[in-house]
Amino acid sequence: MNTDQEPILVCKDLCISYYTRAGEIPAVVDFSLTVLPGETIGIVGESGCGKSTVAMAIMQHMGANGGIKSGSITFKGRDLTQLSDDELRNIRGSEVAMIYQEPFASLNPSLKISTQLMEVPLAHEDISTEEARKRALQMLGDVKLPDPERIMEAYPHQLSGGQQQRVVIAMGLLSNPSLLLLDEPTTALDVTVEAGIVKLVADISKKYGTSQIYISHNLGLILETCDRVFVMYSGEVVEEGTINSLFTWPRHPYTHGLFACIPLPTADKHAAPLKPIRGQLPLPFERPQGCYYHPRCDHFKEGLCDVDHFKMEHVVDSAPDHRVRCLRYKEIDIRLQTGEGEKKEALELGERVLNVDKMKKYYEVRDNSLKALISGKRIRYVKANEELNFTAHEGETVAIVGESGCGKSTFAKVLMGLEKGTEGEVRHLGKDISDIAVRDRSPKEIASLQMVFQNPFDTLNPSHSIGGQISRVIKKFGVESDKAKIFNRVMKLLDIVKLPRDFYFRKPRQLSGGQKQRIGIARAFAGNPSMVIADEPVSALDVSVAAAVTELLMDIQREHKTTLLFISHDLSVVRYLSDRIVVMYLGHILERGTTEQIFAPPYQPYTEALLSAVPIADPEVTKREIVLEGNLPSAMKPPKGCPFCTRCHRRIGEICDNEPPPEQVVTDRHVIKCHISLEELKQVEHVIHVPDEAERLHARQSQ
Amino acid sequence: MTTSITEMPKAGYGAAFIRGLKSFALLRESWVGMVGAFLVLFWVLVALFAPLLAPFDPNSSIQPFAKPGMEAIKTGGTFWLGTDHIGRDILSRIIWGSRTVLIYAPLATICAYTVGILMGLAAGYRGGWVDDVLSRIADIILSFPVLVLYIIIIATIGASGFNIIIAITFASSPGIMRIVRGLVLDLRNRDYVAAAQTRGESDWRVMLVEILPNARGPLIVDACLRLGYVIITIGVLGFLGLGLPPPDPDWGGMVNETRQMAMAFPHMTLFPCIAISSLILGFNLLADGLREISLRD
Repeated sequence: MNTDQEPILVCKDLCISYYTRAGEIPAVVDFSLTVLPGETIGIVGESGCGKSTVAMAIMQHMGANGGIKSGSITFKGRDLTQLSDDELRNIRGSEVAMIYQEPFASLNPSLKISTQLMEVPLAHEDISTEEARKRALQMLGDVKLPDPERIMEAYPHQLSGGQQQRVVIAMGLLSNPSLLLLDEPTTALDVTVEAGIVKLVADISKKYGTSQIYISHNLGLILETCDRVFVMYSGEVVEEGTINSLFTWPRHPYTHGLFACIPLPTADKHAAPLKPIRGQLPLPFERPQGCYYHPRCDHFKEGLCDVDHFKMEHVVDSAPDHRVRCLRYKEIDIRLQTGEGEKKEALELGERVLNVDKMKKYYEVRDNSLKALISGKRIRYVKANEELNFTAHEGETVAIVGESGCGKSTFAKVLMGLEKGTEGEVRHLGKDISDIAVRDRSPKEIASLQMVFQNPFDTLNPSHSIGGQISRVIKKFGVESDKAKIFNRVMKLLDIVKLPRDFYFRKPRQLSGGQKQRIGIARAFAGNPSMVIADEPVSALDVSVAAAVTELLMDIQREHKTTLLFISHDLSVVRYLSDRIVVMYLGHILERGTTEQIFAPPYQPYTEALLSAVPIADPEVTKREIVLEGNLPSAMKPPKGCPFCTRCHRRIGEICDNEPPPEQVVTDRHVIKCHISLEELKQVEHVIHVPDEAERLHARQSQ
Repeated sequence: MTTSITEMPKAGYGAAFIRGLKSFALLRESWVGMVGAFLVLFWVLVALFAPLLAPFDPNSSIQPFAKPGMEAIKTGGTFWLGTDHIGRDILSRIIWGSRTVLIYAPLATICAYTVGILMGLAAGYRGGWVDDVLSRIADIILSFPVLVLYIIIIATIGASGFNIIIAITFASSPGIMRIVRGLVLDLRNRDYVAAAQTRGESDWRVMLVEILPNARGPLIVDACLRLGYVIITIGVLGFLGLGLPPPDPDWGGMVNETRQMAMAFPHMTLFPCIAISSLILGFNLLADGLREISLRD
């Protein structure tokens, strides 16, 4: 990075509005940004804060109802807002390229990868087909795709999500653009795949000198990829600065709020719980007077913060490009802010509630092809769950961690009685329920085992009112039968999940994502369950909302002594809230133990890779980098030996490919499935190094 | 907490009705839909007030071959749209005929929908052999030319209002089943369906209460279009002589009875045809309007 260079992109006092039936909606207000050559800029913020609108404005691709109201976007000295369609077309794709969130939606499913890649240079440059092909091949190699020749001839559906995103990035880089816009490029991908893409993105600017604008809601990812960060809130930038200054000395109360919402390695569910930001993001046409954040801010001062809208200013005593939009930042003591949530009591563990013993779930797949008919192998099995063993106690939170396709959702289905287990036992309160369908369970049994679903937009029936849906659950479980009593119970549940009582009459579409998820929780707790399965309950929510929902879930759990089975792929959330962790891969449990045991050596190699892949939004925490190669094998044809052998970075030889790994007991309830001896695994260093207070102080003073 | 409610709410059918009216008022924003709604409403009103609007008795023979606008010599009054070969007033017959159409077409559509929805729900939700059997039955019915199917059915069971409904239900429910099945295949994977399953709801409750209401958007649009087709079908059946038995007025039947004289007396066939097409156009435009609105939000 060279500060003397001419900037690639300058956005100055940009105001962007959408025009709808309801009138003008100011999406982005007063946005200024300078991108230097080779620099990576991060834009972070919750949904609806206008970060994607900025990207669309830079591409000049706003749609019919969006427009730039004032300000300018200068790209290499040309004002993009003044260019004609033809001129813009020349710039898009050749000088500015954009990469979207969902790779499968960015690639045309009916064209070969080669056609789609070669189109880029052919459209923008006067070169031959052979030349374009050569460059496409070269680029596929550069984004670290194995066997570029084969991928060139493949169709998008033949590639995995991570490979598709690499192809999309290759496509963006093919014309050697000076600016690359990445809009949440890894949100749709698994963590270990994400880690690979993040590394690639970080390498690109080094190798090609491409400037990048990286949009994400994940502060950890921003930390790993960017040089400078812009924090956006409700359409405006509230704080900007270099990674170092902003992450070490955040000045704006909203930035603080964000950090208090994410489960950093220093957070602890009892001693230092997350502190959600109260209130909700205002809608664009309901923004308050003065500072947009003031209704949610703890440092709000009447007569100062709610009067006029004010500009960004430089932070005194910090790096020259650290700017903040806050009138009171000098008076706010940062140290008082961090990790100061209410302290909470730990629950004592009760008796055993769930006992899973050698549970297996195979799906039969009928092969009707001619080949199968001849060979006689008509029925094949998808081994979704293989020999699951673990237990859960009353009041305990057990997390099942794994990437998509590891069989964690299948296990939940067997528990809930939507599928029957193939072999083994699942004992809930002493009764084997693995082969009792939900229909054959008594209302009491059903009520005592409930579930919170993943997608907040899907969890409630859009056709029925909130009150009706919760009432139905209460009636069905036989908690109450009298109409007035049911109504009172619904009111009580609404109180428990901290929602206003008049939500009884609302339809789901009138609720925000977080509110819907709260209703989902209320519904699960309607019948006083002894155990609740939460299937990624907060993964689709914004960080501040997710923190609130997580805390709510744990408060209710504490009060009711419920056992929580938390299914997730996000190890940072899991580390924060669970007592015990079960790591799954391709239907197998590779490691299980308490949270401390999982996060410290000895590690199962897959656990090690998972831990390394989790982005952590703390510049002082250091990680060992382990990037997994290859893809998850198909569950139809799992490896003969260890399920992880195809991607393992610690593979020791033939034995891994051919023999299933033995269960090695480290301590009482800490079990690792691996061929490598425990002594050797114990030699491994910690993946995540969290500095203690003394080290932190030292690091800050030396800066 | 902004408000606190301690009282049980009263069941509000009135509120639901007003909400229904409000969503209908959205139609104002689509002029196509408004034209359609106007046409349909016009015919509904005509059918409702037929006894007041019709100047003559639709079935009595008054004055044959009267041109439009001619005065009735014996009884007085004007044949605004002329009379047919037996001397019946065409305007009165069209007005009374609107009742036939607007009773049998919606009835037949509702019957076809009931059967189609039940089949589609079962096929889409249960899948497996239920789906195989129902889908093959639907394939077989749909492979017949529709007209042949109608002729076979009506010829077997005889021509009457009730039998027309049976024939139409038989012929169009497989098409409806396919639409419903497609919608259910998508909706059954939603989390709220899983939530209902995990609390042990019966299959029928999941299908009818959890899934069906969420498929209503596309189904309402399709019902409007199909209502138009059913009107055509009733017209065609009338034209083929398989409609309602004479002498009760039936638009298709009117065209059929007078078609040999169409060259000399075009008004006898033209006006019933205009009536049929305006009503169908009304339903089609209404469907377009509803689709436009449903896509918007």
